[in-house]
Amino acid sequence: MTHQNRTVWCLTIALILLVAVQPVLPGWAVNMIAMSLSNGLVVLGLMVIMRAGLVSFGHGLYFGLGGYGTALGAVFLGITDAFVLVLLGIIASTFVGFVLSFMIARYRGIFFALLNLAFSMLLFGILVNSIVLGSTDGFSVPVPSYFGYVPSSAETRVSFLLYGMICLLVYVSTLAVHRYLNSTMGYIGEAIRENEVRVDYLGASVKQAIMVKYIISAILAGMGGACTVLLIGHVTPEDTVYWTRSGEFVFVAILSGTGNVAAPFIGSAMFELVRTYALQYAPEVWQMLLGATLLLVIMFLPSGLWSLIRSHDRKREQT
Amino acid sequence: MNTALEAVGINKRFGAVSAASNVNVSLGVNEVLGIIGANGAGKTTFLNIVTGYLKPDSGVIRYRGRNITALEPRKIARLGIHRSFQIPQIFPKLSVFDNILIALGIAGSGRNNGWRPLLTGDSGDAADAILVRYRISDYRDREAGLLPQGIRKLLDIAMAMVGSPNILLLDEPSSGVSADEKMLMMDTIMDVLGGSEVGVLFVEHDMEVVAHYAHRVVAFSDGKIVADGLPEEVLNDSEVRGLVIGNELRSELN
Repeated sequence: MTHQNRTVWCLTIALILLVAVQPVLPGWAVNMIAMSLSNGLVVLGLMVIMRAGLVSFGHGLYFGLGGYGTALGAVFLGITDAFVLVLLGIIASTFVGFVLSFMIARYRGIFFALLNLAFSMLLFGILVNSIVLGSTDGFSVPVPSYFGYVPSSAETRVSFLLYGMICLLVYVSTLAVHRYLNSTMGYIGEAIRENEVRVDYLGASVKQAIMVKYIISAILAGMGGACTVLLIGHVTPEDTVYWTRSGEFVFVAILSGTGNVAAPFIGSAMFELVRTYALQYAPEVWQMLLGATLLLVIMFLPSGLWSLIRSHDRKREQT
Repeated sequence: MNTALEAVGINKRFGAVSAASNVNVSLGVNEVLGIIGANGAGKTTFLNIVTGYLKPDSGVIRYRGRNITALEPRKIARLGIHRSFQIPQIFPKLSVFDNILIALGIAGSGRNNGWRPLLTGDSGDAADAILVRYRISDYRDREAGLLPQGIRKLLDIAMAMVGSPNILLLDEPSSGVSADEKMLMMDTIMDVLGGSEVGVLFVEHDMEVVAHYAHRVVAFSDGKIVADGLPEEVLNDSEVRGLVIGNELRSELN
């Protein structure tokens, strides 16, 4: 019990700290934190289904739907408010997630993973062939407003308002997911991963539980996509729905581990750091460095980076 | 005696094999019914039909007068018919405590409170009380899948009982348990069951266990019921002995 409350406290302190240090941080750090947080939302969504033993190689689909939903709202509907735009993105990904969940919740293992990939590549194909959406070049998204206020677009660092909004969205999402994962509905995920027959004979619906988890993951991935598009100010099919993007999320999810709702954001920040430095200092072999990082984590921390924090925790409890 | 569960005229074929032909079984409210039969006689098939895992080709399953033949396993479970398995169906990577906790959570989530935290002070106490009752609290924090068969069997049965069923179906509770532990294990189960209003139907190969615990025995052979009566009658029936028990056991039983 105290453990659960501690997570809530830590998340709250992290939110306050992240927002408080924004004005004094250098631009690159602010941008990197904001990017890690929005990508971490997608990984948080993957974590929800991974706890039920399901891996999706196609969550770029929902990431892209969130991004395109937001971008289309800004460009074609003329909506300027950032919160409404993010909401549009979430609605787009949630709707598709809901519809597809009826079919996808029947599958497990590699079939589940690849069916998601198939749907994401379907969307990729549609987007690449849509001239009006800029095809492979995508299109730019104007700087949104926040309750009527428009931050200056000349700045190279992420505006305090966008940064604050992303922090707030991450805070609310992690608290909600934390609450969910500790509920009976959440724990059914672990039970399903372990033994579906027993879950069925205990009287719970496996399919319904998986559908709910899948839709939650679609909501979070859509939210992440919407935030990322606002951060970059541009949307392309390759940066959102392409399979390499989906693979990257799975990569970060494995790097992070599924032990706690904070893990995806730590993993995501770690990933951004390694990528940034690897690109800067070893541009020819940066992908190799990423691969080596994942290999080391899998070999020495099979439960992801989070196990570092967990094992520290255990030692403290023992003393 | 009031009838809780009734199977009428059940037929089930798998290709050329008849797994159930005109099977009629009834179970009283507080009755302990043993089902015996050689391998392939249709005992587990019968349990699978009762719990909705298999649909019979014809025939009706009635539970408290209600036809439940076409329902899915989880709906039948919700109505109050739970089962344990020959190979324990547990959550192997989770602790014994978490196994019970999840079973408790699912049992309590029928009234739309699946969103409540799984581990509360109350649910933790309830889970611990169950572990004590089944005498497995020594294994509370151990990974369930690594425990001896007998402990996993008890855990499987404890999970089936968590939802306070009206009917409990046990598929070979003593199989895979060592000879000196099996009576102890059955005593533990029967002690717990004796304290609740539950009809028990158990499939069993061990005639000693059947003779000791069943109020009534039904013998299956090739999908048909060959005997139905008091344990001493059925177990001494010459046809049953030939088909089910095997003659070599005659001297042991007499």
